[in-house]
Amino acid sequence: MTLTDFWFAVITVLWTGFFVLEGFDFGVGMLHGALGGGEAGRRAAINTIGPLWDGNEVWLIVAGAAMFAAFPGWYATMFSGFYLALVVLLVALIVRGVAFEYRGKGLSPRWRRTWDVLLTVGSVAAPLLIGVALGDLLHGLPVNAKQEYTGSFFTLLQPYGLFTGVTLVALCVLHGATFLTLKTTGELRERAGRLARRAAPVTFALVLGFAIWTHVTSGKGFLLNVVEVAAILAALAAAWLVVEHREGWAFTATTVAMAASVLSIFVELYPRVMVSSTSPAFSLTIHNTASGSYALTVMTIVLVIFLPFVLVYQGWTYYVFRRRISADSFGAPARPPVQPPGHPAAR
Amino acid sequence: MQLDLARWQFAFISVNHFFFVPVTIGLAFLTALLQTAWHTGGRPEYLRLTRFFGTLLVINVAIGVVTGLVQEFQFGMNWSAYSRLVGDIFGAPLAMEGLLAFFLESTFLGLWLFGWDKLSRRVHLLTIWLVALGTVLSAAFIMAANSWMQHPVGYTINRQTGKPQLNDIWAVLTNPVFLWGYAHVLLASLVTGAAVMLAVSAWQLRRGGDRDVFTKSARLALIVLAPAMIFAMLIGSELGVIEAKYQPMKIAAAEAQWTTCQPCSFSLFQIGGGSQDRTPTQILSIPHLLSLLATNSWNGKVTGLSPLQAQYSKRYGPGNYVPNVFIQYWSMRVMAYTAALVFLLSGWGLWLTRRKKLATSRWFLIAATWAVILPFGMNTAGWLLTESGRQPWIVQGIMLTRNGISPSVSTAALAISLTIFVLLYVTLGLVDLLLMLRYSRKELPPPVPEGDEHLPIPAVQY
Repeated sequence: MTLTDFWFAVITVLWTGFFVLEGFDFGVGMLHGALGGGEAGRRAAINTIGPLWDGNEVWLIVAGAAMFAAFPGWYATMFSGFYLALVVLLVALIVRGVAFEYRGKGLSPRWRRTWDVLLTVGSVAAPLLIGVALGDLLHGLPVNAKQEYTGSFFTLLQPYGLFTGVTLVALCVLHGATFLTLKTTGELRERAGRLARRAAPVTFALVLGFAIWTHVTSGKGFLLNVVEVAAILAALAAAWLVVEHREGWAFTATTVAMAASVLSIFVELYPRVMVSSTSPAFSLTIHNTASGSYALTVMTIVLVIFLPFVLVYQGWTYYVFRRRISADSFGAPARPPVQPPGHPAAR
Repeated sequence: MQLDLARWQFAFISVNHFFFVPVTIGLAFLTALLQTAWHTGGRPEYLRLTRFFGTLLVINVAIGVVTGLVQEFQFGMNWSAYSRLVGDIFGAPLAMEGLLAFFLESTFLGLWLFGWDKLSRRVHLLTIWLVALGTVLSAAFIMAANSWMQHPVGYTINRQTGKPQLNDIWAVLTNPVFLWGYAHVLLASLVTGAAVMLAVSAWQLRRGGDRDVFTKSARLALIVLAPAMIFAMLIGSELGVIEAKYQPMKIAAAEAQWTTCQPCSFSLFQIGGGSQDRTPTQILSIPHLLSLLATNSWNGKVTGLSPLQAQYSKRYGPGNYVPNVFIQYWSMRVMAYTAALVFLLSGWGLWLTRRKKLATSRWFLIAATWAVILPFGMNTAGWLLTESGRQPWIVQGIMLTRNGISPSVSTAALAISLTIFVLLYVTLGLVDLLLMLRYSRKELPPPVPEGDEHLPIPAVQY
């Protein structure tokens, strides 16, 4: 395994880790309004990811930075090519990030409702856009011999890319719902379970379609590879496990389904990193975009020393906040006292 | 047009990002100090202050983090030719920043915020110090990357590709521009955080907030502010000498010095001096001071812009290598003068502290409240001086800024993104300001009731 292979693997792991971790907090962000059933429930849902989401998002930052450092050509072509899509992605991530912090800092219900909407929209838009982008990498985009993107914003909206985005959003919904069944109590937990049971068959169908389409797009042989098969089986298992109320195992299954789905894109890409639809000869690969071996060696040393620490303390965070969160601990939502019908205040 | 839009965008988002960064670095450190004071002394007022200023810290971190995301994307989006050329060197510190600093900062901030009732007090104290360490490490890697653009070291040019390639990471991490610039930025961040803490305390003292408690935080802020400011100025002056060596244009432009001088006087105020007017009217000047600042010697020689331009044209080919003199001259002065004002204010405050009049001196409290604007002006001017002074280079001597932009990004796309970012940042800035003002004016969280000291402290929740 050469250094460039190794760094392709690292970037794959970073993107996969990002979707596995941030995937459920995207899901919780999308669902907190629908499942909360009132301010107390919404707050409980948000607080299940409160201490975690920021650390999860760093996986994205590090994935981007690792692409910049290890494959500057890839980073340059992709980020300038996906320009407007990335602007929208940044807006989504920004409003979502501040929504967590700010929604509770104002007292009026309107202020909270505004941030709730932004949190929901941002949580849907972010995985959708990143999914479209990852799908596009494999499907192919107009890229010329100088490694410059020559299409427009609308060229990015390929059917396969869009399908990838939708599949990842569905996976986030299911992943988030199973996470909530594990982390909450009472009605909130039941509502999350019900939603998971409804979402699971749809997600399975999408993952099945996605895995097959991914394989067909890459054009590498007839039989699905092991990662694609794993994604399908894990999604199927998740659909069964949520019906059986096996919450822990269901979450494990959605984790595997998410990981395998993201992984399958990168497995099919390798050794390419961005397929050119203009000519296969212009495709970006790990070889024609990589940094020199000295830079890669330095980063490998840093990674090998420090990544284990990161994994340990992030894992420890999940252990510290392992307990379920109850809507009761956030108090009943402030409601005016019930008035008898006909009373003037009831209108 | 594309170049201008891309540059405006970078300037806009970076200046805005750097409103939040120094507050975060400074307040994280000060909050950690407050919590340490509570942990070791056990006095409840320090716990109340920790929670109070911790809330302000968190409001800021939120925007600092999300605007930082834009910074990382910006290189690839608007400066793809630059990223392609120098990613081999410039990318590594960015990746290390994510791995070593961002993970630390965000993970432990979550633990600190939500872990009050879940961690032992000692471990909980450690988490805020790790947050502070994360912010400081993050600045280190960014400054290493930026310093490489000012003074490229530790690389060779690859013969086949013509691209610079890293060949000595140690040289990048011991770049003198980095070492001095990093210390300068850290101190300026402490100044900013301390000025915010001082201003909030002063406001509270003036408006009848808890006098004992806010006198303590005002004093802590002053004790940090005065030395941080003086060292920031001293180190900044040494940084000037180093930059004069590697980027003589930057320093000559900062003085609007068109002709070579020896010894050189420092102009305090002048009219004119831009590229159209090479003989500015100096209103006030101090003999020998520029020689001293730029070269560390009484009679040092400072090469003027015109001879430097001639040298550069000979070396790099025809072109204009003089940065915007107006920006250089005035950003240098705004930075230096605001720093001097902050220093005077801190001296005044310390003198009042000694005489035990800090909480009652109305004029000082008013001045200290409004002085919160100064460090932000100082920081922005400092970055303008550094970044505009490197122009027309994006990487000194290696790549011109105009060659760094993304060839595939249209003017329309740039205009759209700039508009979106301006609208978004202005809105977020206002919301942040609103919340900061609101929470700065809140009452302190209540002290822990008698007898309950051993119970866990409730966690902060969203």
